[in-house]
This record gives sequence, C-alpha cells and structure tokens, in this order.
Amino acid sequence: MSAKTDFPGFLRQDGRKGIRNTILVVYLVECAHHVAREIVYPYRKQGVHLIGFSGCYPNRYAFDMMARLCTHPNTGAVLLVSLGCESFDRRGLTQRVKESGRPVETLVIQERGGTLTTVDQGQAWLEKTLTELEETTTRVTMTVDELVVGAICGGSDATSGITANPAIGRCFDLLVENNASAIFEEGGELIGCEQIMADRAVTPALGEEILSTMEKTARYYTSMGHGSFAVGNADGGLTTVEEKSMGAYAKSGSSPIRGLIKPGDVPPAGGLYLLDIVPDGGARFGFPNINDTAEIAELIACGAHLTLFSTGRGSVVGSAISPVVKVCANPETYRRMDGDMDVDAGRILEGRATLDEVGREIFSQVLAVAAGASTKSESLGHQEFVLTYKTFEPIGPACLPV
Amino acid sequence: MLANQNGLLLRISQEDNVYVLLRPLTEGSRLQVGEQTVVCKTSLELGHKIAARDIASGEKIIKYGAPIGSATRDIRAGEHVHLHNIKSDYIPTYILNSETD
Repeated sequence: MSAKTDFPGFLRQDGRKGIRNTILVVYLVECAHHVAREIVYPYRKQGVHLIGFSGCYPNRYAFDMMARLCTHPNTGAVLLVSLGCESFDRRGLTQRVKESGRPVETLVIQERGGTLTTVDQGQAWLEKTLTELEETTTRVTMTVDELVVGAICGGSDATSGITANPAIGRCFDLLVENNASAIFEEGGELIGCEQIMADRAVTPALGEEILSTMEKTARYYTSMGHGSFAVGNADGGLTTVEEKSMGAYAKSGSSPIRGLIKPGDVPPAGGLYLLDIVPDGGARFGFPNINDTAEIAELIACGAHLTLFSTGRGSVVGSAISPVVKVCANPETYRRMDGDMDVDAGRILEGRATLDEVGREIFSQVLAVAAGASTKSESLGHQEFVLTYKTFEPIGPACLPV
Repeated sequence: MLANQNGLLLRISQEDNVYVLLRPLTEGSRLQVGEQTVVCKTSLELGHKIAARDIASGEKIIKYGAPIGSATRDIRAGEHVHLHNIKSDYIPTYILNSETD
C-alpha cells in the first residue's frame, strides 16, 4: 500500500493509543439516564458521549464491559452519574478508571440535591475537563499495526454478501497484512459456517473451540425459537439463516483465524480474531444481542478503534466511543441514503468498481478516520449505545494460541 | 463471479444451482435460463434468487458453493427461489403473516 499509514493518536497510561479523545458520561441505571443526557446535551458535538446501563440488578458482564469502555483508548475522561440506590458497583468502576490515569468524577443524584443541581455540577465538571484534556493529553504518532478494527453487518439484504461484506473482507486482509488486529463477530449470523471457519484456525485446538462455540450458538438460538434473521432480510432476498451466514462470513476475508475472544478480551497481537457474542450457560437473559448496537459496543470493549458496518437495507446507526464506517452494499439503497453512507460498495454490482478497488477504498477510509476525519454517522451526531445483561465464562487457553 | 445476460444474473460460485438478480425484474419480463425462456410471474427486487436449473423437492440449494437450505417442492429452472419453496436446514425463518412471497 502506498497510503500514508501513520497518523496522530492519543497516548494512554497502559501504552495503548486512541484515535479520539472522548469524554464519556455514564448513567449507571435507567433512573439516572435523563440527568446524564441533560448534562451531555449542550456538549454532544464537542466529543462528549452518553453511554449507560439501564438495569438495577448487578451483572458481572455489564461491569466488565463498562470498565473496558471507560478505559478504552478512545476514552479520555469519564463522568459517572448514579441515582444512588442502584446495584451497579460505582466505586469499583471509579477505582478502575482512576487507576487507568484518566480524570474521573462520580455524581450521585440523591446526594447532590436532585436533577438541577446534578446537571449543573456535571456541566461544570465537563467545562473544566474539556480544557484539561486538551492541555494534558499526550499526542503521539500512531501506526496502522496499533489499530484494532471491528466488522459487523446490519440491515442485511442479498447484496450484502456479494459486495460490502467481501469488500470488507479484502480490507481485513490488508489490515492483517499490515499487522493490525481485525475482529469479526460471531452470533447467529455464522450458523452454517462452522466447519469452514474451524479449517481456517491457526491450530487444530482453536478449530475445536470454534466448533464448540458454534454448537453453543445453534443451541442458544434454537432455544430462543428464533434465528438471527429479521423480516427485512427476507424482503431483501435472503431466505435462510445459513444463506445470510455465508454472506456475513465474507467479512472475515481470507487470513487465518488467530484467536477466539469474548466481549472485553483485547487481541494480544495483530491478526484476525473471531468474537463470540453468545452467552455461556444457556439462555438466561434473552436474545444474545438485542440489536446491532449491542454488538458494536462489544467490539469496542475488545478495543476496536473503529467499526466497519456493512448494510444493504440501509442502517443509519453510528456509535458512542468509536466511529462507525458505513459500507453500503446495495446501489439502490446508496442512491436513496447516501447522506448516511461512507462507501458505495454497490458499484461492484453495477460493474463500476471491483471488489479489490472497494476493499482498498475501505482501507483508505480506515486510515483517514483514524487520522481524524469524521464518518457520516459521526457528523450526523449518531452515538447509539446499548448494554444488556449477559453471562460469560472466561476463554480457555486454546482460544489464543501464540 | 460469473454474470450473464448483460449483468442481470450472477452465479456466485461455479457449483451454485441458483442465480442472484443484479437488477430488479418487472412482472412479465422474459429471461433466458439455460435453454429455456422464462416469463417472470411477479416483480422481483434485486438480490433475489432464480433457479439456474430444475431442482427437485428435498435437494440442497447451493449458493456461494455452500448449501443454504433445501427445496420444499420441485422448482423449475427460472423460478423465483425464496420462502415459498425452500427452507433452512438449521432454524426456521421467521416471517410476518402473508409475506411468504
């Protein structure tokens, strides 16, 4: 590649580097959501993002996800907003952020005198912290091998698996060649691809782990009585979950699969990784991921600096914390919704570009966005975020062979 | 990838027994599938599948060179291949009422 492969980054205490310097305002239960949103609102275009967890019951996974997101390389500082009586371990989370060297403050609404005073105090903290971050964050040069990039598809149709997903696969191959980390996620969208994936694992033991993960996935979705397949998928020409899977699988490109990780596991080195998003221990809390946004949050918790999002029907979502690059698979959708799309992969269908050309274009976009260019969803203010209840066991030793 | 008929039908993998439509088709349009000329019974959106040859009930549907389900009835070359004539070999596809075709 002749493209310039270094760009400015923000250095964190753990040695990782971010491509954004975002302040997170985090509500720790739905009851604190409104107050947190009011704090953020005037600052939403100044790099202040709202995330949160709605539940009042404690959950290990939700805590670990929050800890990963609040210490993500793109995160510069964190403001926690608690009602006061919820079960979320706010002190534990504050401690984790503090240890990471980031500015952190906790506002407990019940102790601060209610909505208005908490909003005032939160905004005063934001004012101070925006200036502080600007002055104190260490700027460094970042190279492509330090990037972690996720991929997901949403609002798929039959064009997704012919244009956008294989083009993302080409981009993934380029990223892996440059020793970056590339993560594709495995939910119900890979049912039917188990054997071909296992054959690509770097060790037979990792292949076995992939097969047993896929068995868990098929079992889980069967017990939910529902595959990962929405009505719009069928309108778009997809008929079965395994057909959708073959298309989704193309996102992974052709590199060997180097590891199998779970939400919050950060890839230890460059290469291609499969992210298992299906909870362990049976169906306890409902669907594995209730929507695309929940999946993007998990890719980010694995350290993704940005996410490549392939869509045929036309999804408009972005994300808090890490930018989303929208790769549109369907040329008709692109013509209707080009204001939301970063890459027009549908050109491949109409003979106006080749897969390789679009793959290289996505790779250049990754570098441009890493260097600070805004994606369409970022400019439009999309900062979707969802976190729900789940249970995971830690990965076994065979999942990350050296 | 092999496209034919001026880029209308795409056979993704050599072994596939279905084509993918690269452009929408209107009801009544004619298309050439193998030796046969087929008249399209309904209008079809881009991305939908057309049988590349006769497929017997119970036979696997092959796309991307991989099975993506089984035929639930005999399908003639040129016919629309979708929810009304194939099914998943894994998890049944959820559809809203009256949206089977």
